[in-house]
Amino acid sequence: MGSTNSTLLKIPNVEVLMQETGFSPAHIIRLHDRFKALDKEGRGHLCPHDFGAIKELAMNPIGDRIIGAFFSPGKETVDFHTFVKILAHFRPVDKDRPKEPNSPEPINSRSNKLKFAFQLYDQDKDGKISRDELLQVLRAMLGMQVTDEQLESIADRTIQEADLDRDDTISFEEFRKACKHKRFTMFRFCIRPGERKLMLTLCHWSSELQDQHEL
Amino acid sequence: MAFLQHFALLLALIIVFSTSCKAVTLEVGSVEVGYNDSSKSSATEDTSTSINGSTDGHAPSVISTLPIVTWKWHHIETPYLVALWILTCWLCKLVCELNHNVTSVIPESGLLIILGFILGGIIWGADKAQTFKLIPTNFFYYLLPQIILDASYCMPNKLFFSNLGAILIHAIIGTCWNAATVGTALWACYEGGAMGTLNIGPLQFLLFGALISAVDPVAVIAVFEEVHVNEVLYILVFGESLLNDGVTVVLYNVFDAFVSLGGLKINAAEIVKGIVSFFVVAFGGSFLGVVFAILISMLTRVTKNVQVIEAGFIVVLGYLSYLTAEMLSLSAILSITFCGVCCQKYINANMDEKSVTTLRYTLKVMANGSETMIFVFLGVSAIDKNIWVWNTGFILLTIFFVVVFRFIGVFFLNWVLNQSRLIPIDITDQFVMAYGGLRGAVAYGLAALLDEKKIPEKNLMLGTTLIVVYFTVILQGITMKPLVQWLKVKKATHSDLTLNGKMNNRAFEHILTAMEDICGRMGDNWKKKKSVWSYFEDKYVCRLLMKSDARKHKDPIFGAFHKLNLEDATKYVIEGERKGSLAFIRNYDSASVDFKKKLALEYADFITADVSEYDFGIDNNPIPSVSLDIHEQDRKSMPDDLSAHHLLDQHLYKSRRNNCPTYSRSHYNTSENPDEMQEIFQRTMRSRLESFKSAKMGVNPAKKLSKYPKKDSAHKPNGKPADPHRTHPYGDEVEKIPYFMFVSMVSYFSIIITLITAAGVDNPAFIPEMDISPPMRNPPWQTETGNKTAVAPSQRAQGRLPWMPTNLRHLAPLRMSTHSTDAFVMADASLDEEAPEKKPGTHHTRL
Repeated sequence: MGSTNSTLLKIPNVEVLMQETGFSPAHIIRLHDRFKALDKEGRGHLCPHDFGAIKELAMNPIGDRIIGAFFSPGKETVDFHTFVKILAHFRPVDKDRPKEPNSPEPINSRSNKLKFAFQLYDQDKDGKISRDELLQVLRAMLGMQVTDEQLESIADRTIQEADLDRDDTISFEEFRKACKHKRFTMFRFCIRPGERKLMLTLCHWSSELQDQHEL
Repeated sequence: MAFLQHFALLLALIIVFSTSCKAVTLEVGSVEVGYNDSSKSSATEDTSTSINGSTDGHAPSVISTLPIVTWKWHHIETPYLVALWILTCWLCKLVCELNHNVTSVIPESGLLIILGFILGGIIWGADKAQTFKLIPTNFFYYLLPQIILDASYCMPNKLFFSNLGAILIHAIIGTCWNAATVGTALWACYEGGAMGTLNIGPLQFLLFGALISAVDPVAVIAVFEEVHVNEVLYILVFGESLLNDGVTVVLYNVFDAFVSLGGLKINAAEIVKGIVSFFVVAFGGSFLGVVFAILISMLTRVTKNVQVIEAGFIVVLGYLSYLTAEMLSLSAILSITFCGVCCQKYINANMDEKSVTTLRYTLKVMANGSETMIFVFLGVSAIDKNIWVWNTGFILLTIFFVVVFRFIGVFFLNWVLNQSRLIPIDITDQFVMAYGGLRGAVAYGLAALLDEKKIPEKNLMLGTTLIVVYFTVILQGITMKPLVQWLKVKKATHSDLTLNGKMNNRAFEHILTAMEDICGRMGDNWKKKKSVWSYFEDKYVCRLLMKSDARKHKDPIFGAFHKLNLEDATKYVIEGERKGSLAFIRNYDSASVDFKKKLALEYADFITADVSEYDFGIDNNPIPSVSLDIHEQDRKSMPDDLSAHHLLDQHLYKSRRNNCPTYSRSHYNTSENPDEMQEIFQRTMRSRLESFKSAKMGVNPAKKLSKYPKKDSAHKPNGKPADPHRTHPYGDEVEKIPYFMFVSMVSYFSIIITLITAAGVDNPAFIPEMDISPPMRNPPWQTETGNKTAVAPSQRAQGRLPWMPTNLRHLAPLRMSTHSTDAFVMADASLDEEAPEKKPGTHHTRL
């Protein structure tokens, strides 16, 4: 696998990255290829418009928010490390990974996954989903024919359902509780553990869902 | 409880009545016949009785005077008894269902068997002989087919085919394994002296092993439907049991032939023949089923004028596929299974909705009815002194081996399967799968089919089979539920999600879809295969098997949408009737239905922007609302949970993950709901274009839309363009998008225009949309990009046109720059092809 190694060598700090994210070398190479493909101008980092060039994202009602999640505040670019780290949120929770007591929580832990989802709602990063923020998301995700009144009543009900401390916002804790009893698709977002099959399966999420038929 | 007593009384009365009738028969006809229970009553066993009966009935040859009434029992004896038995069995089911405390502990199938014991006891008490029992012919020809047809017709199609590999492996290899191991292990034990002296050879043990390995779909469905395990587990167990029956029958026939041949004549050639015949019979049967499925589907294309009996065609043809396979000595069960599974999609699309409902209910009635009878008669058959030949060693060892080898087989096969499965089947699921190997009527029927001349110990086998059936259905059935709970097997997800759940679920789906897009998707072999099939299906199969208008309906999202709408409408009517008249709906409904239909079926025509065509939808509408949503009307009267949930159900955008996405280029748009797509696209565009709101934009003169002639719109972009700019291999581009976008954009605008002209707009949010059209309609870079459908055009365009929004990026409130999606550009490209007379640069001036 000479080519594998040479590709890996081109990525700086690849060991650290692999350790942090839990991706295998094959995963990393796969992602690196994709990263390079997205980065058409070869700058070594991605800008929002590189993501914008992915056409399907325009079909995604919350695509812009998702793209926004790749960029930490105040930054206009995302490098490969960050890119991989963000994607690492979506690795399946590995049960049999050796647990070192002192190691930080892995990126793909359940609560980190939820945090990622939470921050998509929480655009002003105050740790709470306010009614307005919820309304924005709902507006984005619901069809045009839903009127504003309906939208507001949905938002109110949604908050009411989740809001435990009656402050009319959803905190992360409340968000987590609201998601607690459901097995959300998020956690089934899998990248196959076996390295050899990786090239074929990195993108298998939806087919996996089909196998599982969870929706 | 009072009810229960009444029913018990009624039951007892019926039984006494039928047995006394029987007694009369015996006296008069003095013929000893086993009455069968078939629902269709024409079994050969009965002919002798009916002949006898009828001659007896006509015996009073000379009449002296005109009788006013005569006792004609023998004329109707057989059908009467059959009908009575059916009634009795169904009443048994009613009795079982009376008390839910009992059914929650003991599965219904078990209860039915127990009631069957009681009935059998009554008969035994009355007749001193078992005169009614389950006769294999009746079972296989009149009771089983409808159950299999129903099961296969209602099979979750997608789930079945996506797990087909696993199911086949379990059904074929698992069954062979069970048959072989149980047979040989029993034989070994017999040789070891565990059973005393029996007149059974090794081949007969194998035959017995084959019949006892039939996992019964009837029993499995009955038990598993009550425990609600997760879908994958369900489909694995269910699909396996369904196909396994077919395989078992084939195996049984092969071994039966071997037994007839006798041990000495069997040489290598015969064994090879046996194996070959196994495959020929199994696959031939499946193939025949597919052929019949095609026949049925094609037939339903033309049955529009005989809608009343449309549903009947399916039942009859399904039954014919069973009988034809039987005639050709192919596997009848496999035939009818594949017939049902393959045709369901097409007939559901072809037939009228009412016919589909009729068919579904007919099949359910027939299947449940015969299922009930099977279980009752499994019980009744047991009360028979003749069949009980007790051999403790044989019986206990059989139960032991059946269970043990089932476990070993399932675990081993799952281990093999898990090597290649993306989501492995976890150990608890495997355990439940193994434990769910319930034996049922198929095994009994096969055992009853054994020829006593060839197999002297037939009764021992029959009795043992019955005991295995009772053991598995009653004992395992009872323990299944606690076991599933105790093992914490993943249950089927419930649909009663909270609003939060619904919203988050959908949001997560969107996130995952987006991540998938970001990661690209290359080298996804499975998906490719899938899309090749779906391409093929779309291109040829559907054309052949589906009505042309049904083809557009088959879009799963539209189907789901439609179903939801129907459901909602029903609920709405029920809810609304409580509150008063719904008269206003009538007008509203018809208008909105028309509108919707147009949108869904003819949205291609829609882009002709023949606005007047849609005017009636608005003008005739007494309610000046744009909404297609019924709930909009009642949002004030019932702002409750219900309506909010429905709103979410209806209006949350589906993510691609939901609708069996085919990532093939040519299919992107067919799998999307056009309405949603255009909305999302609109919105994304709008939010991105917010950024150059500062730039002055002219209002688009709407009338231009109507200039594009209809046939142009049908023009699609050419096949794969050789695009030098497609540097990366991920294949994000979907060729049809431009066309589709074009269609949806234009149709969207025409709606808006319609609405504006009809003064029906109540949502000012629509109006800013108008701003979007100028840049998309006359982009100056159109001539350069031409037909190239890659990501590149926007980049190039951006490079060359200094005024393009890219440079305004800093103005954008969102992170999104205005590298407006390529689809956007593409829309222009294809549009411009159609309208080459437009001068490039008009846009510029308009800006």
